[in-house]
Amino acid sequence: MKTARDTWLIFRRSLILTLRQPTWLIFGIMYPVLYLVFFGPLLEGAVGQSGGDVNAYNWFVPGLLVQVALFGSAFVGFGLIAELRYGVVERMRVTPMSRTAMLLGRSLRDVVLLLVQALIMVALSIPFGLTLDPAGIVLSFGVLALLGLAVAPLSYAAALALKSEDAFAPLIQGVTFPLLLLSGILLPMALAPQWLQTLSDINPLTHAVDAARALFNSDWGNPEIAIGVGLTSVLAVVAVWVAARTFGRAAS
Amino acid sequence: MAHERPTSGPMIETRDLRRTFKARKTEVEAVRGVDLTVGTGEIFGFLGPNGAGKTTTLRMLATLLKPTAGEASIAGADLRSEPQQVRERIGYVPQGGSTDPAETGRGELVIQGRLYGMNKTDAQQRAAEVLATLDLEAAADRKIHTYSGGMKRRLDVGLGIVHRPAVLFLDEPTTGLDPQARARMWDEIRALRERGTTVFLTTHYLEEADALADRLAIIDQGRIVAGGTADELKRQVAGDVVTLGVNGATERVLETVRLQPFVREATSEDGVVRLYVERGETAVPQILRLLDGAGLEAASISLHRPSLDDVFLRQTGRSLRDEAAA
Repeated sequence: MKTARDTWLIFRRSLILTLRQPTWLIFGIMYPVLYLVFFGPLLEGAVGQSGGDVNAYNWFVPGLLVQVALFGSAFVGFGLIAELRYGVVERMRVTPMSRTAMLLGRSLRDVVLLLVQALIMVALSIPFGLTLDPAGIVLSFGVLALLGLAVAPLSYAAALALKSEDAFAPLIQGVTFPLLLLSGILLPMALAPQWLQTLSDINPLTHAVDAARALFNSDWGNPEIAIGVGLTSVLAVVAVWVAARTFGRAAS
Repeated sequence: MAHERPTSGPMIETRDLRRTFKARKTEVEAVRGVDLTVGTGEIFGFLGPNGAGKTTTLRMLATLLKPTAGEASIAGADLRSEPQQVRERIGYVPQGGSTDPAETGRGELVIQGRLYGMNKTDAQQRAAEVLATLDLEAAADRKIHTYSGGMKRRLDVGLGIVHRPAVLFLDEPTTGLDPQARARMWDEIRALRERGTTVFLTTHYLEEADALADRLAIIDQGRIVAGGTADELKRQVAGDVVTLGVNGATERVLETVRLQPFVREATSEDGVVRLYVERGETAVPQILRLLDGAGLEAASISLHRPSLDDVFLRQTGRSLRDEAAA
């Protein structure tokens, strides 16, 4: 009860403060938009030549949405490092507020923002030939939200541990870039040699991408939906638990 | 908020409080057994040079840092077993600020009140009260990045008192403020005491401890080296302080005057001889006569009542002024 109330308070505060600096919106979708415009047509040509029957954008855009969710949540620790420096986090740690709410309030803000960004991406993709199924969009956005809840808390935990942008930025880049390349967002992993496919199968992001693709295109019978949703849910629970503990621990 | 608060007796009591930091293979003892008793409704000053352990002690008392050893009770709650109760009863104003520059003063005060459990109406009303008390009404709805240093610090204090805590911890409340803003902050702190708040503040400014604190403790290298009212501490130094400027002949001057019955203690440092004497006004002529007799000359001589710096110097052999300047 108290946690829910405090979560709402922190969610509202952090959302309002973020909206006062709207540059986040542009930076968050800059790379996905570039991929959409400069890489999408290339992919369309390749898929067309190989005689595939699926619309290239309906294959490509769900992956880009996962990319939006990944980047929209992996870098949120930057904001927390600024808050640490302002003394805001320490000030709130001295209040009796719920420690879990410190994490959840911010993470839910991140989820809302990444869903807004994903919605903008979908809208931008329509002129390229993306076809829409409302139920598919809603359910695939659920996967994006779960992914945000799995990644943002870990970003916060890393920020609390490192406390400096200089250490945080290379860590996040070093983790997200291989995850992205191995996830099959840009090209189908079916084209990859076996060892690369194996690496890709170990990558949890691959399964989130596959689930998002299946849901987006209303491919309800696809077993990847259960695998992707299940795996991402487990990751989200673990991430929230770990990061809430980090927020709760008195600094040492 | 209705909490059970002690109305008399100690508001803060610590016993053998310790904190050790591990850095690689070495252990650093930042706080080495601090015993403090702070009475209800007093301004307690915690004086010491940078790195003495002031902030570490304060962070432990504010529940931000777990003590390595020792006990403490604050406003009737046990620090180790009841940190949540401690949090409800204390306010804490950190050294480096505590506000988001993109938020407004009013916005910060309202959320702070809400995080202490107030409903929206109460939090808004209380924010307005605090803004009025600290004379921040005109800037209330401006973003904090437009505030001056003094305004920001007053807002930090406001955030510490939104929930009417029994104890307010202030970490170096006037560091970085200009003299005017500092005088202003002193007035605010005194006003807090008038309203019944116990104030625990750290400072490395002698003047601040002297002017503001009802009682104080001096900490150096993690240990309390002296404690009491400023007057009590100065009386420990006994009598007056005579400072002699001597050109090079420090040792000989020291030899000449050291064993005189009216000299309680003599030290020398950087060409300056410092004598602690019983009655300064009669000692000065005698000292001059002695030096004359020995063929020595004083380049300068001054007589002053002992300051807290003399107290610190006597206890540690170093001057707090030099430490603060360094």
